[in-house]
Amino acid sequence: MSGPNTQYDPVEVSALDPAAIDQAVQDALSAIAGATSLDDLKTVRTAHQGDRSPLALANREIGALPPTAKAEAGKRVGQARGRVGGALKQRQAELESERDERILVEEAVDVTMLPGRRPLGRRHPIELMGERIADIMVGLGWEVAEGPEVEAEWFTFDALNFDADHPARQMQDTFYVDPPENGLVLRTHTSPVQARSMLERGAPLYIACIGRVFRTDELDATHMPAFHQIEGLAVDEGLTMADLKGTLDRLATELFGEGIVTRLRPSYFPFTEPSAEMDLRCFVCGGTDPDCRACSGTGWIEWGGCGMVNQNVLRACDVDPEKYTGFAFGMGVDRALMFRTGQSDMREMIEGDVRFNAQFGMEI
Amino acid sequence: MRVPVDWLREYVEIPKQARGADIAAALVKVGLEEEGLHGADLTGPLVVGRVLTQQLEPQKNGKTIGWCTVDVGDANGTGEPQGIVCGAHNFQEGDLVVVALPGSVLPGGFAISARKTYGHVSAGMICAADELGLPDDGSGGIIRLADRLPAHELAPGDDAVPLLGLDRETVEINVTPDRGYCFSMRGVAREYAHSTGASFVDPVVALRDRAPAGNDAGFPVELRDEAPMRGRAGCTRFVARIVRDLDPAATTPDWMATRLTEAGMRPISLPVDITNYVMLALGQPLHAYDLDTVTGPIVVRRARAGETLTTLDDVRRTLYPQDLLITDGGERPLGLAGVMGGQDGELGEGTTAVLVEAARFDPVTIARSARRHRLTTEASRRFERGVDTDLAAAAAQLAVELLVELAGGRADAAVTDLAEPLEPVVIDLDPAAIGRLVGVDYAVDRVTAILDEIGCSIDGSGDLFAVTPPTWRPDLTTWPDLAEEVARIDGYDRIPSVLPAAPGGRGLTTEQEGRRLAANLLAGRGFSQVWSAPFVGEALFDQLGYPADDPRRSTLRIANPLSDEAPLLRTSVLPSVLEVARRNVSRGTKDVALFEHGLVLGGPAGVAPTYDVGVYPGAEAVEQIAAAVPAQPRHLAWAMVGEAEPAGWWGPGRAADWADAVGVVHALAEAFAVEIRVSTGAEAPFHPGRCARVELADGTYLGSAGELHPKVVSALGLSGRPVGGELDLDRLIAASTSPQASGLSNYPSAQSDVALVVDAAVRAADVEAALRRGAGDLLESVTLFDVYEGDQLGEGSRSLAYRLVFRAPERTLRTEEVNDLRDAAVAAAGTATGATQRI
Ligand SMILES: [Zn+2]
Repeated sequence: MSGPNTQYDPVEVSALDPAAIDQAVQDALSAIAGATSLDDLKTVRTAHQGDRSPLALANREIGALPPTAKAEAGKRVGQARGRVGGALKQRQAELESERDERILVEEAVDVTMLPGRRPLGRRHPIELMGERIADIMVGLGWEVAEGPEVEAEWFTFDALNFDADHPARQMQDTFYVDPPENGLVLRTHTSPVQARSMLERGAPLYIACIGRVFRTDELDATHMPAFHQIEGLAVDEGLTMADLKGTLDRLATELFGEGIVTRLRPSYFPFTEPSAEMDLRCFVCGGTDPDCRACSGTGWIEWGGCGMVNQNVLRACDVDPEKYTGFAFGMGVDRALMFRTGQSDMREMIEGDVRFNAQFGMEI
Repeated sequence: MRVPVDWLREYVEIPKQARGADIAAALVKVGLEEEGLHGADLTGPLVVGRVLTQQLEPQKNGKTIGWCTVDVGDANGTGEPQGIVCGAHNFQEGDLVVVALPGSVLPGGFAISARKTYGHVSAGMICAADELGLPDDGSGGIIRLADRLPAHELAPGDDAVPLLGLDRETVEINVTPDRGYCFSMRGVAREYAHSTGASFVDPVVALRDRAPAGNDAGFPVELRDEAPMRGRAGCTRFVARIVRDLDPAATTPDWMATRLTEAGMRPISLPVDITNYVMLALGQPLHAYDLDTVTGPIVVRRARAGETLTTLDDVRRTLYPQDLLITDGGERPLGLAGVMGGQDGELGEGTTAVLVEAARFDPVTIARSARRHRLTTEASRRFERGVDTDLAAAAAQLAVELLVELAGGRADAAVTDLAEPLEPVVIDLDPAAIGRLVGVDYAVDRVTAILDEIGCSIDGSGDLFAVTPPTWRPDLTTWPDLAEEVARIDGYDRIPSVLPAAPGGRGLTTEQEGRRLAANLLAGRGFSQVWSAPFVGEALFDQLGYPADDPRRSTLRIANPLSDEAPLLRTSVLPSVLEVARRNVSRGTKDVALFEHGLVLGGPAGVAPTYDVGVYPGAEAVEQIAAAVPAQPRHLAWAMVGEAEPAGWWGPGRAADWADAVGVVHALAEAFAVEIRVSTGAEAPFHPGRCARVELADGTYLGSAGELHPKVVSALGLSGRPVGGELDLDRLIAASTSPQASGLSNYPSAQSDVALVVDAAVRAADVEAALRRGAGDLLESVTLFDVYEGDQLGEGSRSLAYRLVFRAPERTLRTEEVNDLRDAAVAAAGTATGATQRI
């Protein structure tokens, strides 16, 4: 500290007085600490760091000092201004952070309110089910074939060994296009697609046919005049019923899960020989409940018909039965959906009530 | 086919403890699927009771109940009379009735217990037939045992379960159409033996031995089929037997009536019941004629045009020339062969002499007659599916024996047996082929053993056998038929599971992928997928406002529709969607967005010839058949009713409008990268001022969308302003392109806004097209951002404000360049549409 300098203006000298500078710093620091908002801090900044603040004035005084005193005073004022500046900066950061946090709190909304401005639609689960089955078959290296719904009687029946006078033909409950003698029907199964595929593409052939079929059944809980079928047809050299069983087992596992139990039992279809029904072990009781309603206590649920392609079908479709054998199977997509989802009333599946689709996602 | 268990036991050894379910399980293994189990679904105590007192008490609810005391012997443990409230009063004090005591469980799981009712404690139930699962006996309510079992000595407390046959079981099975022989106890018994190895004795063997051979003294019969069907004579065997001196008072014994009832047939009269019994037992349909009404000879011939016959069901039928008839003397029709008898020759109450017919009719002839007359009978069902070709004489013999035994008749020694030889079916079989088809390596002697077991006779050795199937298996005609026999008798459960390796395919087709894309897009935009039956009525076309010459009116008609209101096939999907929308609205869902894709009829149909089974008709024929099938394009339709965006906490809702419907088209076009053209359309069923007609770039019509015509809305029972659209999905997917990438410019874009005044009739799409043309390649986008109509412009004009965005690939555009491009665009619009720039 320097000694008294009588040449100094007492007022101006007082601005550079160490005590006064300390006081100015203390005043500034407490004002900064006391600022509770960014606006407060702005006022504080003007008062303690602005052009007219005590420290700014003190700074200006330095120029008037004798050179010997300048260094010391400069250092003192510089330090003081540094402390105030640092404190301001720190407080500024604190207040900004507080403000930011406050804004986030203030801006909070109730995200549990349902944002239903644009509701999602839905695919129909029957079509989704068909797509899932198609994807499984495609994964096995098969292709998906399609055909018309109004179809020639020959593709629908005769080519498939349904003799015009055989009772099996009558049991199909066929819709005939008027006049019936023109030979057009609504297909009762997707099998005409099998005939068309064999005729167009020959053997070897691995195709799945998925589509809508029609029977003259009145709509009730378990019958529909129009429903969906998936059929498979493989024609190749050396195919056997074991290949048929293997394919169906794989399809059942993919659709209904690992551990599903299947069985073949003898049956009859004009287009296959030997023929079989494929049953699935009851999903509900597993074959343990004699009063089970799902399987009527038999322990088995009928899944679909199948068999080795009848040689008459191969012949009619210009495939050499001496060289090739084939297997075919068919099942209801709607039934598969019922098994998978527990849906019990078929009417709900076709009435188009939007509440039905809304039960499911966009994948089955 | 209903199979009473005790009847089945007569022909095959079934373990004593085996229940219906066990028998069904054995039969399903060999291909006879269980349809149901009947009977034995009741547990007692169900006892005989005598009504001691019956006090009728009228109730406030208008009913009158009977407060009864009933003597049930010691069955209730006390010997005291049982107090029971009964609602029916068709019995009196002193009557013997059936009482279900507390603890018994009636069919349907109905448990009986003592309960308080109408001010009494009712300890049990006096039973009616239906409550016990029995057919009604005509009593009109409570069973009176004196009427039902007149021949029985009954005492209160007797167990009523065996008395009423309630311990009896019937197994109902589904017989597939190839197994005609399983429409008999004999056939089912044989299959049970195949499944279980149980001992089976064919009853026909002994009957055939006992049946006398035909002789010249038999009733004269002539087979005169002048028009065999598909080369096959209608009747190839006719056995006629005569039994005289029948006791007209003889009635059907209980055991036979019970069996017939359980098998699903109604007892009628003793001779008729006997013919039915033989048919159910052995599988041969028989017919019995009153001998005194037949003068003879019996002539089997085809019907003549215009001939009529009144059948036993009291229907007068005009016959078709293909029908096979049994006639008296060649003139008077006695019956439709193999289907149903006629009223002439019918057995009556006074019949004392019958002629029993057991014939072999051709399945095709019978099937066609049954179909033409819509008359499926127990006989026709069997003949259509194939009756044992060597059963007639044995079946007639059983009928004769029963008529003698039960009706006191006397059999004529004169026997008619006309038989035309049948070409025997012999199948060439390489036994190893069976294993190759089934996938199980069967030993040769296993194959022959099984074929022997099912009744085949086998000649030959090594790799070639000649197999003659048994007469009851006319369905066995090819070696794969024999393969099925071997596989099913050996057991389908022995077939292993092998996943074949397919050669690998091309995946889903473009159409299949495209359909998924379209459906997912619609669902993502809020539409819910539906699918409807494709049947519509003529009235719908009027409701939709189709003009008289609208091609969508020309479609095909279903000959046998489910509903006469909807006999036509749809030519459009949108009406189906609107119908489903209406259903949703009526169920309380006010805002509905739906879509459906499906096939529609899209062209004329031809005549598709048919050819016999098992024959390739040749490429030309196949082409002709395929060409007759009408075009059936897949259409996609969508509709919205109510609000497109619902009201909610965010604010008010927004009603669906034409732009939502048309927006779907644009979204689809973008999704498939297809360039479309939208112009003003006026097609039904749309609002003529709010219909967008959509075409592909080459002018191919794709579809229409917009708001529905108000008249259509009210005709379809809708309200508000529904919107929708429909397009040909096949065409859209086929037009889908794979555009080439052009590289993205990183230089800044420049925009320029222009307001163009045009005549109100000028379409925005035309203005936009002209702007694009005029602006050239550097134009990146055009957006219509404002439309103004008002006083400043004057009547009949509107202002369209467009934002043009320009961008060059390798440099920054200068302002003057942008202005020049804009001016060129405006000039082009001016030339094309008369647009003037609004300053
Ligand atoms: Zn079950």
